[in-house]
Amino acid sequence: MTVFHSAPRWSSNEGVRDALAAALGDMLLSSHEANGEILLTVVRDRIEDALRLLRDTHEYQQLMDIVGVDYPQRPERFEVCYCLLSVTKNHRVIVKVSTDEASPVPTVTTLWPNAGWYEREVYDMFGVLFAGNPDLRRILTDYGFQGHPFRKDFPLTGYVELRYSEEDKRVVYEPVQLAQDLRQFDFMSPWEGADYVLPGDEKAEGAKA
Amino acid sequence: MSLSLEQSPTTGDEVITNYTINFGPQHPAAHGVLRMVMELDGEIIERIDPHVGLLHRGTEKLIEHKTYLQALPYFDRLDYCSPLGMEHSYVLAVEKLLNIEVPLRAQYLRVLFAELTRICNHMLNLGSHVMDVGAMTPNLWLFEIREDCLNFFERASGARMHSAWFRPGGVHQDVPLKLLTDMADWIDERLFPLFEDAMSLVVDNRIFKQRNVDIAVVSKEDALRWGFSGPMIRGSGIPWDLRKSQPYDVYDRMEFDIPVGTSGDCYDRFMVRVEEVRQSARIMRQCIAQMPEGPIASTDRKVVPPKRAEMKQSMEALIHHFKLYTEGFHVPAGEVYVATESPKGEFGVYLVSDGSNKPYRCKIRPTAFSHLQAMDFMCKGHMLPDATAILGAIDVVFGECDR
Repeated sequence: MTVFHSAPRWSSNEGVRDALAAALGDMLLSSHEANGEILLTVVRDRIEDALRLLRDTHEYQQLMDIVGVDYPQRPERFEVCYCLLSVTKNHRVIVKVSTDEASPVPTVTTLWPNAGWYEREVYDMFGVLFAGNPDLRRILTDYGFQGHPFRKDFPLTGYVELRYSEEDKRVVYEPVQLAQDLRQFDFMSPWEGADYVLPGDEKAEGAKA
Repeated sequence: MSLSLEQSPTTGDEVITNYTINFGPQHPAAHGVLRMVMELDGEIIERIDPHVGLLHRGTEKLIEHKTYLQALPYFDRLDYCSPLGMEHSYVLAVEKLLNIEVPLRAQYLRVLFAELTRICNHMLNLGSHVMDVGAMTPNLWLFEIREDCLNFFERASGARMHSAWFRPGGVHQDVPLKLLTDMADWIDERLFPLFEDAMSLVVDNRIFKQRNVDIAVVSKEDALRWGFSGPMIRGSGIPWDLRKSQPYDVYDRMEFDIPVGTSGDCYDRFMVRVEEVRQSARIMRQCIAQMPEGPIASTDRKVVPPKRAEMKQSMEALIHHFKLYTEGFHVPAGEVYVATESPKGEFGVYLVSDGSNKPYRCKIRPTAFSHLQAMDFMCKGHMLPDATAILGAIDVVFGECDR
């Protein structure tokens, strides 16, 4: 694919995917290359070994971020993506594992100390557990917050709102009350694979039968 | 700063136990709403537990409910000291998924204003850093420069701080020639005299050096392990700058130097930023000199809306405009991680698209998150007043850290 965009250009991806796939061996589930990114999916329980291999023998020295993504329709609904950067090879790769609410992902705080907060964030936002993280507290949400807000089934408005109560002289939490429903517009074009029945269409189907 | 004694210190030869203090969340040197639980042995810091998230607004969740264009202004509000630096990562991520070409003039404009943003950001950081360690005057002078920068943003976009001026495919509006010439004059006549004056008060100042030299020394290995980026990693002596190593837009056409520190302390980080201001001015001069004429946004009408004048004449332009401002454009399914060199370090956007008009997931990689995490490691064994100098040298802004 010809590259037209002007996004950051790092050193060539050529051959990197095959080399890393060969090195990871049976730890690797799948690998693909799209949009100039190399994405490697590895076995959940082997993530620490896989990242250690990439760090120590393939020069990916820095862990830049850990990203959680929620796909509720999948059997293992969460994807945890590790963004690695090599400052010597000037290259980036993304390593992924998938998990669900119950199965913990092995921690990588043993490899990078800055993984601690990233894992805390993914835990806080998605409820993904990290086995071996010594300090898996919530990090971004309020003290005493319940639920995991970035899951797709968590409403955008949340469940509680807080205000300062003049009577009680303190901040109180109350269930969210919306003066009007949050509006979500459906922009899927009916000509491009929308999967709902348009009003009136049922009559046409009925006439045929 | 509230002070609570776990156990009262007693008179005589009794051993004084450690005590815990709360630094922030309302403290002028906390640069926002940072709460740090500090365990002190006398005046020596034993342990720091930063509590972040007091400014968490759920930006990433909000973005999932907006179209790609509507999501853009949220990026101004992340790091509100350098708004265009944040937008840059986002528009590049969208463009990478769309794979559209950005006209040359738009790339120059984006680089020009990204560098102006860097100067603007460093004015605030350098000023507040010297104020945190006790000097008042330089901050006031640097704010003069910052004010000029904000006026330039206003002239380009109409807004002083939250510009929302970059667009997937280019920039929103062209700038008048007078703005570019004024900018070039400003660099020579105003920026340098004021900036060098202010720095002459600080860089060789004995008190400033006593507060910063050999404070929070971070080795190269530690800087890599803790995920440092930007002036923090360069202060530790690693010449790593995404503008050079992974150039985006027209940075590969620019000539500039990457300053690096020698000892990795707070003073080095400060001096790296001082030099970056001079290099940014150099890039701005080159941008102004080389900027070609031409369109300022992609001509792909499925992504970039047409000009208003065109809409008065062309039915198709009207339809495009209507579709782009209601439904928005659809982005092909895929995922990318795009990071740019924001004034504070590597600012990344992990964008997952499912082919619809809204991002499926937009993870923002803040710079301050990994820097602040190293606070405990950097402060251990230092005195309590050093914590403010270390925090100032991190250059933390909570809109970005907490998202």
